Parts: sequence; structure tokens; C-alpha cells
Amino acid sequence: MPKREDIKTILIVGSGPIIIGQACEFDYSGTQACKALRDNGYRVVLVNSNPATIMTDPNIADATYIEPVDWQTLEKIIEKEKPDAILPTMGGQTGLNVSLDLAKRGILEKHSVEMIGANREAIDNAEDREKFDKCMKELGLDTPRSGFAHSMEDAWKIHKDIGLPCVIRPSFTLGGTGGGIAYNLKEFEEICMNGLKLSPTKELLIDESLVGWKEFEMEVVRDKNDNCIIVCSIENVDPMGVHTGDSITVAPAQTLTDKEYQEMRDASFKVLRRIGVETGGSNVQFAQDPETGRLVVIEMNPRVSRSSALASKATGFPIAKVAALLAVGYTLDELKNDITDGKTPASFEPTIDYVVTKIPRFNFEKFPETDPRLTTQMKSVGEVMAIGRNFQESFQKAIRSMENGLNGLSSILKENEGNGALKLELSTPGEKRLWFIADAFRRGWSMDEVFVSCKVDKWFLHQIKDIVDDEKSIQETSLEKIEAKEMKFFKKKGFSDARIAKLLNLNEEKVREHRYQLGVHPVFKRVDSCAAEFDSTTNYLYSTYDEFNESEVSSKKKIIVLGSGPNRIGQGIEFDYCCVQAALAFREENIETIMINSNPETVSTDFDVSDKLYFEPIVAEDVFEIIRHENPYGVVVQFGGQTPLKLTDEFERNGVKILGTPPASIDIAENREKFKTFLSDFNFLQPENRIAQSAEDAKKAVMELSYPVIVRPSYVLGGRAMELIYTDSDFNNYLTKVANISHDNPLLIEKFLDDAVELDIDVICDGEKTLIGGVLQHIEEAGIHSGDSSCSFPPYSVGDTQLYALKKEIKAVAKKLNVVGLMNAQVAIKDDKFYMIEVNPRASRTIPFLSKCIGNSLAKIASKVIAGKSLSELGFDAEIMPTNYAVKAPVFPFNKFRKVDPILGPEMKSTGEVMGRGDCFGEAFGKAIKGAGETIPNNGNIFVSVKDSDRKYLPDLCSKLVNLGFNIVATKGTAKALTDAGIEVKIINKVMEGRPHIVDAILNKEIDMIINTTEGRQSIKDSFSIRRSALEHSIFFTTTISGGFAIVESLEKGVENWEYKPLQLS
Amino acid sequence: MKFAAKLLLENGISFEGIGFGFKKIGIGEVVFNTAITGYQEILTDPSYDGQIITFTYPHIGNTGINFEDNESKNIAARGLVVKNFCDFPSNYRSKMSLQDFLIEQKTICISDIDTRHLTKILRDEGCKIGAIYPSKLFTDEEAVSEIKKFGTMDGKNFTENVAVLKPYAYGAPKTPKKLRIVAVDFGIKENILRIMKSMGGDITVVPPSTSAKDIKALNPNGIFLSNGPGDPKVLTEAVNEVKEMMKLDIPIFGICLGHQIMSLAYNLEIEKMPFGHHGANHPVHDLKNNTVFITSQNHNFAVAQVEQRDDIVVTHKSLFDGSIQGIEHIEKPFYSIQCHPEASPGPKEFEILFEKFFEDMNA
Repeated sequence: MPKREDIKTILIVGSGPIIIGQACEFDYSGTQACKALRDNGYRVVLVNSNPATIMTDPNIADATYIEPVDWQTLEKIIEKEKPDAILPTMGGQTGLNVSLDLAKRGILEKHSVEMIGANREAIDNAEDREKFDKCMKELGLDTPRSGFAHSMEDAWKIHKDIGLPCVIRPSFTLGGTGGGIAYNLKEFEEICMNGLKLSPTKELLIDESLVGWKEFEMEVVRDKNDNCIIVCSIENVDPMGVHTGDSITVAPAQTLTDKEYQEMRDASFKVLRRIGVETGGSNVQFAQDPETGRLVVIEMNPRVSRSSALASKATGFPIAKVAALLAVGYTLDELKNDITDGKTPASFEPTIDYVVTKIPRFNFEKFPETDPRLTTQMKSVGEVMAIGRNFQESFQKAIRSMENGLNGLSSILKENEGNGALKLELSTPGEKRLWFIADAFRRGWSMDEVFVSCKVDKWFLHQIKDIVDDEKSIQETSLEKIEAKEMKFFKKKGFSDARIAKLLNLNEEKVREHRYQLGVHPVFKRVDSCAAEFDSTTNYLYSTYDEFNESEVSSKKKIIVLGSGPNRIGQGIEFDYCCVQAALAFREENIETIMINSNPETVSTDFDVSDKLYFEPIVAEDVFEIIRHENPYGVVVQFGGQTPLKLTDEFERNGVKILGTPPASIDIAENREKFKTFLSDFNFLQPENRIAQSAEDAKKAVMELSYPVIVRPSYVLGGRAMELIYTDSDFNNYLTKVANISHDNPLLIEKFLDDAVELDIDVICDGEKTLIGGVLQHIEEAGIHSGDSSCSFPPYSVGDTQLYALKKEIKAVAKKLNVVGLMNAQVAIKDDKFYMIEVNPRASRTIPFLSKCIGNSLAKIASKVIAGKSLSELGFDAEIMPTNYAVKAPVFPFNKFRKVDPILGPEMKSTGEVMGRGDCFGEAFGKAIKGAGETIPNNGNIFVSVKDSDRKYLPDLCSKLVNLGFNIVATKGTAKALTDAGIEVKIINKVMEGRPHIVDAILNKEIDMIINTTEGRQSIKDSFSIRRSALEHSIFFTTTISGGFAIVESLEKGVENWEYKPLQLS
Repeated sequence: MKFAAKLLLENGISFEGIGFGFKKIGIGEVVFNTAITGYQEILTDPSYDGQIITFTYPHIGNTGINFEDNESKNIAARGLVVKNFCDFPSNYRSKMSLQDFLIEQKTICISDIDTRHLTKILRDEGCKIGAIYPSKLFTDEEAVSEIKKFGTMDGKNFTENVAVLKPYAYGAPKTPKKLRIVAVDFGIKENILRIMKSMGGDITVVPPSTSAKDIKALNPNGIFLSNGPGDPKVLTEAVNEVKEMMKLDIPIFGICLGHQIMSLAYNLEIEKMPFGHHGANHPVHDLKNNTVFITSQNHNFAVAQVEQRDDIVVTHKSLFDGSIQGIEHIEKPFYSIQCHPEASPGPKEFEILFEKFFEDMNA
């Protein structure tokens, strides 16, 4: 049966901002779905609040709404667009939840919108733990012993039945938010209370603990004729107890016999049928008792997921695309398998002839207050994948893809740490458990001792032990003694040049040189979904130390685009967006585009995007091998964030042509002293600053500059270890944290510009002319990391004359810096003077946002400029002026990290962003806040507590709030200032002033909104409990005064006056 | 334990690798199997007699060998080719390592060669006769002469090597209702027997040369024709007997080689495929119900395309290459299938074909 003709318009729900548990994999799947449905003649309406996505590019859907993903907004859009169907399965948990809301409220029925892909019942069956459990029992499938609690009383009853340890999961939360394993009564109570709070249905599932069991996942696709296939099996190296998103995983499963595999396969199909997933992709998770083989179903997701993105990348089978087409009535046998050039149908099960390893990437260093142990609540912010012809090769390639300074299974146990520490690391895993396992073997632990402590399957333990043994033999030899045969032997097992060098106490170049002399190089093999049974010409490639190469090199002009590696705070989807745009642009220019990336969640690693995709670590060794093989015209480093930029020096040294802005310019921009000299020609001040090469230097510098100061190490991303400092004690404290200030590792100390307005400017320069992409005004004042600031386009409180002068000056900077391609500048304006904070001659985080604002992809234009076109040739002589307002708001992971202070500062902490669009700033800001998942209340009690320097703004702000109908609540000091200004205030105790105090009021739901600004460590510490309890009780708060004013503007516009327009109309 | 080994193909292409298992020369037709799991079942599948199996999945041996999953008592394959040979198995049912099993079964294995490249050669040029040998014990010339001595697969009768010599009863089922089945063994996989027994089959397994008359004497409710190795065209005697069996008017069900023998009994043509089907991911189109089954496959011969006929109808086709996968008699309860509904290894969803056989026997 071909596609359905009764459906014309389909609404696709995106997943909104990047958060922990929901990252750019949904851009990958959503983009595929949009393209596939449009190719089949459907009109696609897309809603997603995340501007950094490829899917929200205006040419991907017919009508693109960058609006909050909630049922209220969707109802408005449904009224307007009158879709025939809604596809809820492409937008992660958000997409499902919102679609379920629409169904439950009768909105879909009212407007005759059919849910396709997964219906209401299926979503309910899968997501509601109680129903799910019942379904599994009906099928005769085993599930963990468990119970549901809707109160603490229920919870204690269940505890009596199943005992400790037990696993607690709140229903309907993202990435298992609020879940955890309780080993003792105190933890049990804590997790249950928190979970009851977080679950929108006030429901907890308390499970028998399967900690230590083996964990597997099956990726299933089903069509309406009940044809079912398994696309891929995935085995978790980390056994049960660690969220699968935080686990190191391997595809396919390694330790299953066919009998066990088939049992899981059959069970998976049964689960899909019973839950009621009629068409599309789902995953089913299993746990297996390693002693008896008892198989237990853990959960299923009736939608595409992070794992399905991984499975797609691991096999070359495009699950999301297929799922979208099945939802409109196709059957699997009617669809072609793209990767074999359509020689085979999609109704088969991919088989692979390599091993895939995924390693999650964490950012615990940004949240030092939180416990970095891994639990059933997901905490990782990104992941890498690597492909090899054996587990060790894929594992070690994945390790070096992580860009965390580890090039292999380096020893990380400290000299003075003993077996006790090791035991702890093995049994209560952190992000580096496998490294500690290697250390345990190094310390002579037996296989059984290691196994008992960590329960990682012995198959993997043997693999690790084998690596450790080989490392020992490397240590015992010398480089000259390693001949081609031995070199090959080690390289086949995935040892990086850097790791071999480290083991031999040499530098990496020495090892590489020797290896090249020996003529030992990898070959490139294809990912083809069929283990070479059918001929494929699709250029989805990986390197391996095997014998025969399959990557044919063309004679066309070729450009390599280096991707941005794993998502992490500070470097996320924005850079992948830019890389994809670059690939598309070069292809339009008829240049062969070669993409290199290691992040399976991305659109850039879709083999459709570029002419050739190398799924490889973005480190010198692997990139050089590709360059050696391909001999490209040049390499583009400016789109992938710091990841490719870090390789610039090495490219230069090795004669690799870097396209776009010359490396010397990059160096000027990144080197503080050179930049200072460079800037002296321009009409910019710099915040007075010093570069300290020792702690003593630093102290002296601070004396000269006087507080407040901003301190940061050189060459950093996302403001790592950057802090705003007000007092000596804060500064001393900081110095102890960043221990090694040196000549190579200098510390920048900068006078903090109080009360300045901060701007972001993105431009494209073709060497001659410069196009202003746009100027963004930060809503928060300087001092908060630009990635964590909300910003407005166009600026909402900077005058035109000032902007004109600024643009002129920036153009001159770009030209003088010989920029070819993109450049970003961050400027502060204080007392009508321009201060240059920094210049980055590369794509910035704001490029996708701005591109959406002006309706043109800046990254694409920049790519064409890099390829040799001038701006005039491209038709971009003049700046594109905005027709409405857009606000970008960051989204934070604070609710995933218990005990973390949700305060903003110079170190970036947000994981994603949303865009709000409107006729005025207030509407755009309000929508952005809503898109970020928060609601600005429009009446009630507002608690204000501000730092001294903000006091002067209070009367104005508060009188506006009172006019809007709010009651002001404040502590004594603030209250007096307000009363003096004639504003009525209710006084409340500070936390240390006795009870009832402000936190009591928050807990009692007597406060509806909070404006809390602070300075200095002490005041931050004092007010921590206010922010934290506000966060935990979903009370809207802002930690800046400018945020307060933005709220007022938004409220003045009023939600009822918001309008929704697709991008294509503006 | 490990030794230097070589794989030499009849076209002169040779690979050097590491040997495992028993130190001997193994000669056979080199085929590749794309299944990820189930090496134990594949190795012990009698249909692989005369063949050397290349596993495209690069880790083989991970789950060791257990006592439950064998498809016959012995390894029928003449050798195996793997990318990485796993010496440290891990599975709760594992009783011995693959290495020990290979030694016990006197089978040689070569690892650490570019199996993907080998697969592409076999795919592009068709299956090749090849030899695996410890390079210190055999010279290349010896291997060449052994390959020559082996000749081709065509016209060889391998079923004699793997089938039973005397009839035996597989054991009475525990179900209340029992159906007498005669299973003609051309190299039967144990799982076929397990499944039929569990469904109530009281099975007598008989040698491939058993006559229709002798089978009739057993008074069966149905006849099963098993899978097995090699070229069906050499089994003329069996084909003639099947023609006779078809006169008995009781259900006949054939799998794989049994399917080919039934096809020959219908006077259909059999052709050798370039590299055959060996794997667990093959989509088969059920033409009657318009559904797709993912199946386990293992065959190098196939029934040539069928002209429209009055007596039989093609019921299943491969979605990979359109080759014929199933044939049914229009009037009589005779049906046969090319793929392996008994799975093991592979998807079990095609087990429903056994149900049909049992329904007809009950009728």
C-alpha cells in the first residue's frame, strides 16, 4: 500500500532546547522526518523553539514556527494551520508529552487532527509505568518487582515489600530526572520526596534493584502490516544502575548467544504490539541476570530516541526517515535502503562487520557542588561514537574522540590512593570507571576481584586487561624496536600515537614520524548496513588498521569540514549547525565536501549531508590520515568551535592549507598581548587588564585594578574557571582552585565593567568588504557569560548613532584582521564608550540564532566566501535589517544537579537555548521564557532582594510591578528603600533572621516570582537557599536587575496579545 | 595454541593470518555468513558440509560453546574464517571455549585477515574453493593440489557424510495428541526436530535413501524433508522417491535442500547461485498475505524462476534478489520453503510454517 492520500498537512513537534537527556539527536531525526515527508508531497508544519537546529531552517519545512513547544502554543498553531495529522514521535519526550496534552485536552479531536506514528493509547501505555507494567505481565514478560507510590506513605509500603537497594523513578520526567538508587533509608526518603515533587503526575515507580545486571537495548521498527525489524542491538558496558545515556555502550551486543538474542528480539516485537506502536521506531530496554539469564523488560520508548540516532549512525539505517514514512502509510518493503543505493529494501535487518562504541561526555567540572557519581538519572551532556574492526579499536578511538585530554586508558589513580579508593571507584561509578578498572589490573587485581566490584561483563574486562597488558609491553620496549608488524599490532587495537608516545615518554610527533617511516597507515572502510553483501557507493567511512581500502579518492576539488565533536557546555548544536551549512554551501559550489565528526547525535554525521563522511575522532592523528588519503584543496576550521581550531597550529606546521581567515589572525585574536597591540589602532578601549604568570603576579594585578575583577585562564571555552570576584577572600579562594598559573598557562585579570551593556556582533568578511550579520544586545549585564545571557535582536536599548559607529569600527577590525569568513566580537558599552571584550575569528554560538532572525544562513554565506566568492557576487552588499524582535534565552541543567546554585556568572552553564519572536521586545522575551519551559506569573507576590549597586533601579522596577498588579515582598533593608519611595511592601525575614523566613514562604507557595541579585561570595552563599528552593518549586526567578525589567516589558505586552507567525512569512 | 595460517583461494588469492583450532588443512567452498549471533549453531549446521565459513561479524567466540545450542553433534564445516578470534568467552551458559571446541572437532580456523575484503571477493566473483592450513605444516603447492583434488561443489553428494544411516525415533512428545512424522534426514538441524516434537510430532528420522514404500509402512501423518548440504541434483534417487511420496496424499513439508528436492520432483530447474544466501537478516515476501518475514538463510542453490503452472504456485520470494523462497502445491498439502523457519540461528517468526504442517496433518 502506498502513502496515505487523505492527509495533506502534517504537524511535526520538535524537542525544544538542548537539555540533558534531549540533545541534537532530535534535530537529526526531525530534519530527516521533515525532508522525507516533504519529498513525498506533504505540507509540513514544524514547531520548535530551538533556533540552533537545522530543522528550523526555513527551507526544511513549509511553515516553521520557532515558538514555545507547549500545548497552548500548539493549539494556536493548529487553529491557524489546520493540519490533518500530528507526528509526535520525532521530538523526544517533549514531543510526546505535548502531543499527549493536546490529545487529553480534546484539542486534536476538536480540530480533527490525527495522531500518526504513535497514538494516545500507545504513548500512555509506554509512559505510564503502571500501565506498562500491566501490559508486560499480560504478555508474560518479566518486569522488576515494583510498586507505584503517589505519596510517601505508599513509598514506605513498597519499601517493605522490595527492600533496599531499590530504584526510584518519577513518572513523566525527562532523562529520568529526579530518579536514583537508594541504598539506605535516608536516601530512600530524599529521592522519593524529590521525585514526587518533580513528577507532573505525582507518581513514583519503585523497582527492585537490578544493579549489576547486564543491560541491553533493541532498536525496533514496525510498519502497519506488522512487519517488524530490529535495526540494531546495543549492549551497555556499564551494567544496570547507570542511566543508559550515561553508560558506555557497544553495538551490536557482544555477549549474547543467538538464543538469548532471539528471546529479546521476540520480546521486543511483542512489546511494540502490546503497547500499540502501529508504525515507527521504538526502543525496548532489557536487563539480564548475569548468573541465570533471567530476562526482564525495563522500559520502552514509543518514539525515536537518542539510541535510535546512535543505531542509525551505527548501522547506516535511517530510522527517523523510515519511521516518518511508515507513519504516512508506507510499509517497509515499499521503502528502499538508501545506503545500498536502493539495491535492497528497508525491510531487512542491518548487519554490521565492525564494532561501535559510544562514550558519554560529562561536564561535572562546571558543577563542583554536585555529586559526580553516575546513577539512573542522566547527567551527561553529549557523546562520541567510534567505529573499529574490533572492540578495542572502536573503544580507544572513542576515548580520543572525547577531547578530554585522555588519549587512551591512561592511569588516573593517584599514587597515594589505595585499593579502597579503587574499590569505591569500581562499585560506585563516576565517569571514568573503565579507567579505574584498567588501574585495578595494573595494580594486579584478578579478573574476579575486578568483576565482583564493578559487575562489568568479563568479556569487556578481558578486553581492558588485554589493553593494559599491551601497554606494559609497549613500556618495556623502545620506539626503534617497534617494527611495522608490532606497530600494526598495536594500531589494530586502537592505540593512539599519543598514547604510545606517553607510554614511551616521547612526544606524539616522534611516534607518528616513526609510524609513517614504517609505512603503517589505516585504511578506510564503508558503513553499508549489509556487511558487504551488497555493493554500496555511499561514502560513509571509518578508518581501521586493516588491509584493503574502500575510500576511492576523486579528482574533484575537495574541502574538508571539521566538525565540533561531542556536545558539551559551551560547544553544542550551534557549531554543528554551522558545519552542516558549510557542507551544503560547498556542495552548492560544486566542491566535494568531506565531513569529519565523532558525534552521533548530529545532523552533520548524516551521510546525506556531505559527499563523504568520515566518522572519526577530530584529533591530529586521525585527521591527518584522512588528509593524507584525500589530499584536499583545504581544510575549514572556523565552524566547529574550539575542536578544529585547536588543530590549527598543527595544520600549519604540516603544510595543510587552512581556508578562510589565516591562522596568524586566529592567533592574534586568541593571544591577549598580541590582541592588545592590534586593538590600539582602533577606537576601542579594553577593560583594563593584566596578564599574570604566577600567583604573586596575580595578587599584584588585582591590587592595581581594584575589585570587582573578572579572572580567567587563557584559551578557554565556555568560560571554564572564569569568575567574577569582589573580595580578597574570594580571590584567594580562586587561586587555590586554579593551581598552576604559569608562563604557558597565564591568568587574565580584567577590571569588571559594572553596569555596562554587552553586545555580540557577528560579521562576515570576504577580505575586502564586511557584512554585518547582526548586533545582539545581552539582556543581562556584563559579567555573565555570553552563552548564558539572554539577548535581543535588534538591541532594545542602544541608540542608532551608537550602533552605527560601532558597526563601522567592527568592519575595520575584521578587515585589518584579514578575516575571510565569520567573525564575532563581544563589546561592552559603558558611559558611551566602547570596550572590546573579545574577538573570535570563527563561527560563534549566536550564528544560527542570527541566521534565523535575518532569514539567511550566515554560515552558508561565510562558506561561500571561504570558497572564493565575494559578498557582492553573493548578493549580500547590505546588512539585512530585522522586521521584528527576537530574543534568545538560555536553558540550564540545574534541576539535574542537586545542591547546585542556579546563579549566573562568567562561567557558562547552559546546555541550550530557545528563541522567542514577536512584534516588540516584551513579546519576544516572554515567548523565549516560555520556550525555556518557564512561566512568568502575571500576578501574585514578588520577592525582591538586590545587591547595593542595583538599589537605585528598584523604585522604578517595583512601581511598574505594582502597576501590573503584583504585591512586593522584601527583607528589611530593601523594604525601607521602597517604602521611602512610596511603594507598599510586605516585610519578610532573611533566612538568618529567624522563622518564618523567605524560604518558608517559598515552600508555602506564598511567593510567585523572585528577583534576586547578588555580589560577592558571602551574599551569594546567604541567598543560595532562596534560589535553590525557588528552582525546586518551579517559582520563576531572575538573578539580574535587567532580567527584572525585561519581565516587566513582557507582562506589559500580555500573553493574550502574542501572535504566531511562521518564519517563511517574515 | 595460535599458529601461523594461510587461506588460499582457487583463484590464487591468498591471505596470511593467525590459526586457531586444529592444525590441519581444511578444504571447501568458501562462503560468507552475515549473521551477528549464532556461530555455534552455524558451525554445527550439517548443511555446511563441504564449506568453509567466513563470518562477516568481526568478533567470533564471545559466548563460548554451551551444551544446548548445537544443531548436530559435530562441526560439519571444513573450516572457519574470522576477523577476531575470541579466546575469553563470557556467557552464563558457556561450558567451553570455541578454541577447545574446534580442537575437539578437529576443525581449523584462520583469524586476523581482512574478512570484509574476502567477502567482497566472494560477492563479486562468486564462491571459491579454498584451503585453510597451518603455513608451517603445509606448503602452498600442497594446498593448491588439495584444492584441485577437491574439485567443485557440483555433483558431490555431501548428505551421505551428515545424514543418519539407520532410522531412529526422536523421542515421544509430551503433548496429549501425537502426530507421526517421518523426517527424511539429508543433514537435519536439531532445532527442526525440537520444534516438531514440541508441537506434538512423534518423529522417526530416516536416512536419505529411504523409499516411499518404507515410509508408507510407518503410516505417518506427514513427511518432512530436511535441509542438508550440497547440490540437490545429485540426489536423483531421493527425488524419485519424493515423487512416489507425493502419491501418498499426506502432507509433505520440505525445508532448504528438502525444498529443492521437492522442486526437482515437480520437474523444476535448480541453479547454482553466485555466492548464495547465508545470514539471518534476509527479507522474504509472503506473496499470499503480502507480509515480510525476516529469515535465516543458508543455501548456494536455488530453484530457477518458475513459469505459470497449473499444479504449483510460488508462495515466497526473496526481497534481496527475487529468488524463489517457497512453493506450494495448489491442490495437495505439499509445501516447501528455501529459508530456515526453524531459525537457530536467526529470527523465529517463520515458525508459523510448522503450524500449517501440523494443521494439515490434523485435518
